[in-house]
Amino acid sequence: MKSKSNITEPFLIRVFLIVIAIGFIGVFVALPVAVIFIEALAKGIGAYFNELNNDNAKAAIKLTVLVAAISVPCNMVFGLAASWAITKFEFFGKRLLITLIDLPFSVSPVIAGLIYVLLLGANSVMGKWLDAHNMQVIFAVPGLVIATIFVTFPFVARELIPLMEEQGTEEEEAAIMLGANGWQTFWNVTLPNIKWGLFYGVLLSNARAMGEFGAVSVISGHIEGVTNTLPLHVESLYNGYNFVGAFAVASLLTVLAVFTLILKMIIEYYYPHEIKAAR
Amino acid sequence: MSIQVKGISKQFGETHVLNNINLEVQSGELIALLGPSGSGKTTLLRIIAGMETADSGTIILDGNEAIKKKVGERHVGFVFQHYALFKHMTVFENVAFGLRVRPKDKRLSDAEIRQKVMKLLTLVHLDTFHDRYPSQLSGGQRQRVALARALAVEPTLLLLDEPFGALDAKVRKELRRWMRRLHDDIHITSIFVTHDQEEAMEVSDRVVVMSNGKIEQVGTPGEVYHQPVNSFVYDFLGNYNVFDGWRDEEGNAHLLEYEVKENDVSLVPPVTNKKGWMSRYPEITGLLQKIIPSVVPTPQPLVPQQTKPSPKRTIAGKPVKLFCRPHELFVVKTPDENEYIKATVLHLNPAGPLVKIEMERLSGEGLTAEVPKDVIDRLEIKKGDHIYVRPKNTRLFDE
Repeated sequence: MKSKSNITEPFLIRVFLIVIAIGFIGVFVALPVAVIFIEALAKGIGAYFNELNNDNAKAAIKLTVLVAAISVPCNMVFGLAASWAITKFEFFGKRLLITLIDLPFSVSPVIAGLIYVLLLGANSVMGKWLDAHNMQVIFAVPGLVIATIFVTFPFVARELIPLMEEQGTEEEEAAIMLGANGWQTFWNVTLPNIKWGLFYGVLLSNARAMGEFGAVSVISGHIEGVTNTLPLHVESLYNGYNFVGAFAVASLLTVLAVFTLILKMIIEYYYPHEIKAAR
Repeated sequence: MSIQVKGISKQFGETHVLNNINLEVQSGELIALLGPSGSGKTTLLRIIAGMETADSGTIILDGNEAIKKKVGERHVGFVFQHYALFKHMTVFENVAFGLRVRPKDKRLSDAEIRQKVMKLLTLVHLDTFHDRYPSQLSGGQRQRVALARALAVEPTLLLLDEPFGALDAKVRKELRRWMRRLHDDIHITSIFVTHDQEEAMEVSDRVVVMSNGKIEQVGTPGEVYHQPVNSFVYDFLGNYNVFDGWRDEEGNAHLLEYEVKENDVSLVPPVTNKKGWMSRYPEITGLLQKIIPSVVPTPQPLVPQQTKPSPKRTIAGKPVKLFCRPHELFVVKTPDENEYIKATVLHLNPAGPLVKIEMERLSGEGLTAEVPKDVIDRLEIKKGDHIYVRPKNTRLFDE
């Protein structure tokens, strides 16, 4: 035991560091999460379910699920296509594409929402064209979907690019030499090799899609029961001094976050080699 | 399947990877493409397979131009250096893959596939491993699965890219003997790439020696080893010694022995004097030394240095380089009337049937000899001894 203490920090320092880390997580993460549930249940379990069971809350849940259900598959296809293109062949503008994929991580979501309002709003060229064809994008569901796609598209691609880069092209070449066509090669060889990485990327993408506030806040117009997603609904309730309602809806998002976290841990534990971005 | 490679050239950017390659392979032959890394051998193999396209030239398989055919329709089996097995499939499913992806009208029934795969797994001695995953197999076993998988589609041509490159020495030897026997049984036209000359010699019917995107020589292992066409082939196929020599008017080669005489030294000034001006202006230096002797260094004494060895015998013809293999050196302790070269023993390596002697000539060049153990014992050769060597056989190349 003595020899071990020679290469590690003294006992007190170790305890000190661990206490800081745990204390920090406790104050900034665990405590607020606990507060959410305490506040949500402040007026009893009946009031809690009442807040989740009214029309506006149900509409917000439906809308959030709808937006995620459209944007996540879109990003899955985009992520697969982009990482396939980037890792399996050379083309002009490849570096630029890799840089642009990271753009949503560096741009404030509010700015992203604003860009689409300016681009598709009533005063823009495209907005006028859309208006003339009787299509409502801004302050409607299509706008929410577009903004959500923008903020979530890096997740799948960022996860798959390093994974596919590492795996190389030999297995695909082997499949083609054995007579498989492009689809058979993708379905039987490429996809099984990346499925956990893909699932991981989709999971993170989904969590972000459902929890996104900034970009959708600008573009939604906050029409209760129509364009309010869950995070926007929380804001509306809170601004209306309905704390039980706000925290009850927030608790739903918290449950989603915890569920995502658990799934993420499971995948990272069982398939560490297929989750590159986690390292 | 017979193969004709006609005028294949390939460039990656500015690098000429292949330069007008022409090669013919007869049906049923086992050919080794041998060369150092960067010689273009793998690129040539991939072009024959159809995985790369050539900038110019054509590949003719059984009289038909292969370029126009799709890769999957060429009936070519390919074995990768790192196996490229499908990680998520069992050994059985890996081998069955090529049969399962066939179009419906050409696909065998499940029972037929099962029978065929098990037959192939028996052939590669892996029938009891059919439900394992690649990660549960050793390197040698994985490579045999890769071979069975390539054979499952009944290719008429088998291409192997450094098939034993990733295996350890012992497994590699076993597997290449096994592959030679397998080839003798099934007689499928095969080309394999290797950088290991021993492997090429042991396994193949003919060896194609490549360097820098060109074919240097094509021939049986015996031909390329005993009649190398140039110094590259000679060098690549084994260790060797080089001697300076000359060729007389009748074309006979003679050795040139160098000699370093005891008194063959000249005196040179030391090179460490940084204060150059002092030596350039001896008058000033001398004056300074008289005034302040402590700060001015006294001139360094001259150092004796050995001059280059001079030839002991005179050149009476065109100077040439003579090559000989280590086992072609004849070693004695006291020279007789023949021409000998004097050398000092630096190291003896007794492992193996022949003892390796590392020597240094008087001129400082190294020599290696391989001599039977009993000769060493009889002559009582030890480290540090002076011995005399004579090549039994020398080669020279017109280059």
